[in-house]
Amino acid sequence: MIEAASDAPEAWFTLDRDGGRLTLGGAWVTAHCAQLDKALGGQDWNGRGDVAIDASKLERLDSAGAWLVLRTRKSLEAVGRKVSRLDLPEMYVPLLKAVEGAKPCEPYVSRIPPGFRGRLYRIGRATVHAGRQGWSILGYLGRVTVEAAEALVRPARNLRIPAIFHQVEETGINALPIVGLLAFLIGIVLAYQGADQLKRFGAEIFTINLLGVGVLREIGGLITAIIVAGRSGSAFTAHIGTMRVNEEIDAMQTMGLNTVETLVLPRIIGLVIALPLLTFYSDVMGLLGGAFMCYFQLGITIHVFLRQLQDAITLNTLLVGLVKAPVFAFVIALVGCYEGFQVERNAASVGLLTTRAVVEGIFLVIVLDAAFSVMFSVLGV
Amino acid sequence: MAGAPKQDDVVICIRGLVTGFGRKTIHDHLDLDVRRGEVLGVVGGSGSGKSVLLRAIIGLIRPREGTVKVFGQPLGEVEGGEMHRLEMRWGVLFQEGALFSSQTVAENIQVPLREYTNMSQELMDEIAAVKLSLVGLPPDAAHKYPSELSGGMKKRAGLARALALDPELLFLDEPTSGLDPISADGFDALIRQLQESLGLTVFMVTHDIDSLRAVADRIAVLVNGKIITGTIAELRKNPDPWIQEYFSGTRGRAALEGTEA
Repeated sequence: MIEAASDAPEAWFTLDRDGGRLTLGGAWVTAHCAQLDKALGGQDWNGRGDVAIDASKLERLDSAGAWLVLRTRKSLEAVGRKVSRLDLPEMYVPLLKAVEGAKPCEPYVSRIPPGFRGRLYRIGRATVHAGRQGWSILGYLGRVTVEAAEALVRPARNLRIPAIFHQVEETGINALPIVGLLAFLIGIVLAYQGADQLKRFGAEIFTINLLGVGVLREIGGLITAIIVAGRSGSAFTAHIGTMRVNEEIDAMQTMGLNTVETLVLPRIIGLVIALPLLTFYSDVMGLLGGAFMCYFQLGITIHVFLRQLQDAITLNTLLVGLVKAPVFAFVIALVGCYEGFQVERNAASVGLLTTRAVVEGIFLVIVLDAAFSVMFSVLGV
Repeated sequence: MAGAPKQDDVVICIRGLVTGFGRKTIHDHLDLDVRRGEVLGVVGGSGSGKSVLLRAIIGLIRPREGTVKVFGQPLGEVEGGEMHRLEMRWGVLFQEGALFSSQTVAENIQVPLREYTNMSQELMDEIAAVKLSLVGLPPDAAHKYPSELSGGMKKRAGLARALALDPELLFLDEPTSGLDPISADGFDALIRQLQESLGLTVFMVTHDIDSLRAVADRIAVLVNGKIITGTIAELRKNPDPWIQEYFSGTRGRAALEGTEA
């Protein structure tokens, strides 16, 4: 809050005793309007006979102040008193005339009814919206599949190799530090907690089994997919969304460029290549973190660690983890690009849809992971 | 306003302004006075630094050298509350309106009111309605979002927001660009009318020679980092090739036909 400029004199009004003359003075400006509004609202306008408004002592007047003068006249008339005259300094006459034309806005009536019905309305609207969204994503999936198939049939013409490798670099190589660090830390945490529990049974050595199976089958892939959903899924939405805001997408379409082929396929293919590699890297880093913790906490040397690891896991364990990665990658990239194309031409929309892309991406990754678990257990892998 | 302007009458006073980006110098020791109650039109070729000048005056860009005084207060030296008080005395209309897209037009207009005053919501609604009618928007525009407005309506809504605190000084960045000629004429008339009824000082960056003729009292031309000011008649006698080209090219001549040279 900033107080009124110090040179502005206070605003005041007085109604003389018989109520026939209202004198306004001082600076009726925006800075004083809040006070004036309260004072005017508390004034009792009832009385008898005509009223003369004498505003000739006004030192300053702006459009907000002029509105208050006019509103005062209206409230006098509303209680049945006639305003016989309104004296105003010459210089403010045009201002008052300009403000006089103002029509009041009708108060905004929300279409959503209040109370329980309103809640029902919201639930219904959200359900319909979710249904439409699902339908629309399904349609999009179909389109991307068809385009991808076409591109794979004629890779020389429809596949943009440099763009794909650019995406591999962006989403894969540039993610190495963060994925590596987090996987390493998760490995440490897992080994520490596992060792803590298993020590009670004197089975510390099985920490390595826990670590090997846990990291390779589940944690490595999941952590990597979640990081990539947050890192690259959001980047896809923000990039494509901003291009929409700038009308770049429209420009591409009018030039006959296929937006799926130029923007979506390189991202999807790039991520499908990058995420399995990242997952493998993350597995290695996770095990390294575990080995590090085992050495310092349990005194297990790297030799013993590796021998126990070899007993604990098979190649299958690794492959079960890795086979999920391309599916996660596809879903993350698809959702990221899809939401990017949903952006409307305003700033809020980009933020909203980027958030949605990340949330949906992570949600789908976890749902798919659960589905894979069920499937593998049924298949007995 | 005869004779030399008194110190009080100069709203914006620029002395020796130098701005630039990287190695490029845009304004080279530029001087300019804007007097109270006048409409100053600023013209210049693309890249001559019209918008940069505007941004330097409202403090969005720091000049390399020189002083900019607005209402006698040197920018860059005033801070905090003092700067806020200064900002309350001017309004800015950006090129595309720069309305906040997540808020309705009425909410946009109420942003400065909410920030700087403690008016009741009712009064703010009433004042928003007053501003809307001042800029010639229908009352039902109040509850629309900027994305639902046409370009011309966005500019009017942006102007209504710029006028929210009843500023004394109004900055307009290309107010008529992107408008059809009829809307542009309407906007010019609106600016003139508001300037007269609200007693504004207007600093208007423009390309539009029609709107200069219709609205501007004085014109400032940016050429080679310097500024040359005068009325249209005075500037037409200026030998500078760019100014000659500007006022005597086909568009210039067509726009100025009927005014005395």
